Amino acid sequence: MTQPPKHDPDYNYGYLDEATKRMLRRSLLKAIAIPGYQVPFASREMPLARGWGTGGIQITAAIIGPDDTLKAIDQGADDTTNAVSIRRFFARVTGVATTEETTKASLIQTRHRIPEEPLRDGQILVYQVPLPEPLRKLIPSESETRKIHAWAEYGPIYVRLYEDIAQYGEVTSTYSHPILVNDRYIASPTPIPKFDNPKMHMSPALQLFGAGREKRLYAIPPYTKVKSLDFEDYPFTLQRWDEPCALCGSTTSYLDEVIINDANERMFVCSDTHYCETRRGEGHEGPQLTKAQSVHLTGSAP
Amino acid sequence: MIEQAPLLRVQNVTRLYGGRVGCRDTSFNLWPGEVLGVVGESGSGKTTLLRSLAGFEPPDEGTIHFRRGEKDHDIYALDEANRRAMMRTEWGMVHQNPRDGLRLDVSAGGNIGESLMARGDRHYGKMRARVTDWLQRVEIDSSRIDDSPKSFSGGMQQRLQIARVLVAEPRLVFMDEPTGGLDVSVQARLLDLLRVLVRDLHLAAIIVTHDLAVARLLTDRLIVMKDGHIIEEGLTDQILDDPHHAYTQLLTSAVLSA
Repeated sequence: MTQPPKHDPDYNYGYLDEATKRMLRRSLLKAIAIPGYQVPFASREMPLARGWGTGGIQITAAIIGPDDTLKAIDQGADDTTNAVSIRRFFARVTGVATTEETTKASLIQTRHRIPEEPLRDGQILVYQVPLPEPLRKLIPSESETRKIHAWAEYGPIYVRLYEDIAQYGEVTSTYSHPILVNDRYIASPTPIPKFDNPKMHMSPALQLFGAGREKRLYAIPPYTKVKSLDFEDYPFTLQRWDEPCALCGSTTSYLDEVIINDANERMFVCSDTHYCETRRGEGHEGPQLTKAQSVHLTGSAP
Repeated sequence: MIEQAPLLRVQNVTRLYGGRVGCRDTSFNLWPGEVLGVVGESGSGKTTLLRSLAGFEPPDEGTIHFRRGEKDHDIYALDEANRRAMMRTEWGMVHQNPRDGLRLDVSAGGNIGESLMARGDRHYGKMRARVTDWLQRVEIDSSRIDDSPKSFSGGMQQRLQIARVLVAEPRLVFMDEPTGGLDVSVQARLLDLLRVLVRDLHLAAIIVTHDLAVARLLTDRLIVMKDGHIIEEGLTDQILDDPHHAYTQLLTSAVLSA
């Protein structure tokens, strides 16, 4: 854990002004009260481009308190540009402690992954959402999709699954697989891999979703039913890998394919860097750990 | 037929576009299993009337009652959720242009399947079987099931649209110029198909057309419209063989062999 830096006094606490934070909290309360329902909110300009995570950052800014410990991940990694920048941004505008450890964080802002380590009571997971409307590709009209959500006329969304099975023999979506929240609203789980969808079901953590460009918030409260859409004869399935993580040997985590040279050699490694490092620290060793060290794939951990 | 209650009761329906008249003071009944033709020149209010009846445009005056079970529902007094539910399950609309009634970026099977998924079907295998069955019924080779409707001819697209509507097992079908824009031989086959389907499924249908041959072939009863009004109404053969109104006489005499 890094030493908490001081809050930069040139900025209001959490960067946003107090009225904006209150507006966001009100919208969040509504979102939590109606799980999966997209609540419009007055998205603000942030010091980065819309579509780069402004929705998640605004939620974090509205709810972060001085006692919080923040973790930021980008595609599972703690050490990529986006994650590092978000962590530094909040360290500067709030002075809160930051961490890479999933269990120590009270607030986790994520882009497109849920940590491998199970979340617990009291933790909050904030997602950055590019496209909050799961029906948009089929139905361009916003007034029409609102009616469809209002009356739960969810037939058209299954066309997407039907087309996949008809053309490829299986549901080919690997990310952003639509979910039914609390048996009522269909929501987009953001572009998290569908591998992570089951982790949303009955999660003890509060899950908040922010789409800054599209100006929508939604939420999955703790211990809420989340079902991934499927057909009765084509149940929801997860992708599998033929080999374990090359670094830590995990057979249960989500793996990224990494090309390591121009001789077409590749390895599969955990996308959750903290999880992978922790396992290596505990003595687990993957089949290609030495090779990975030689191409600097192992990060800072042992 | 007489002792049954009407499926659709249309009373004094008026639809105005600003000062212009779409249709005015239109009243008629439609009984279950009956095929009603609406004929008239273009601009006479046929399509306006049809869109009002099908739930797309509320009339400015008048009421439209649809019979479901033992009850008559005033379709525009229902809230929108219920009206949309009835539009999905009780009746369907075949558009003049198949591109208005189909999803062109979804396969033929997906287009028909969507109607099934909309009513709650969630079993792929069963849906697939029904879709295949319906493709055959509208005489589309079932090997085209996964092809895009974009690759279909105009006549095939129209038949696909009909399958998409009929697979939901509606009791009433609205058709707006179903054979418009098709060449004569394709028209003839489509009409033949429609006639068989309507009789087999005991469907009620309202068919808007300006083609008296279509009306003669498909419909039991005919309404003639001019300038937004119904000017003549009766059995199809009666009207076509012995037209009373001057305009209807003009209409029938303008056709070579209706």
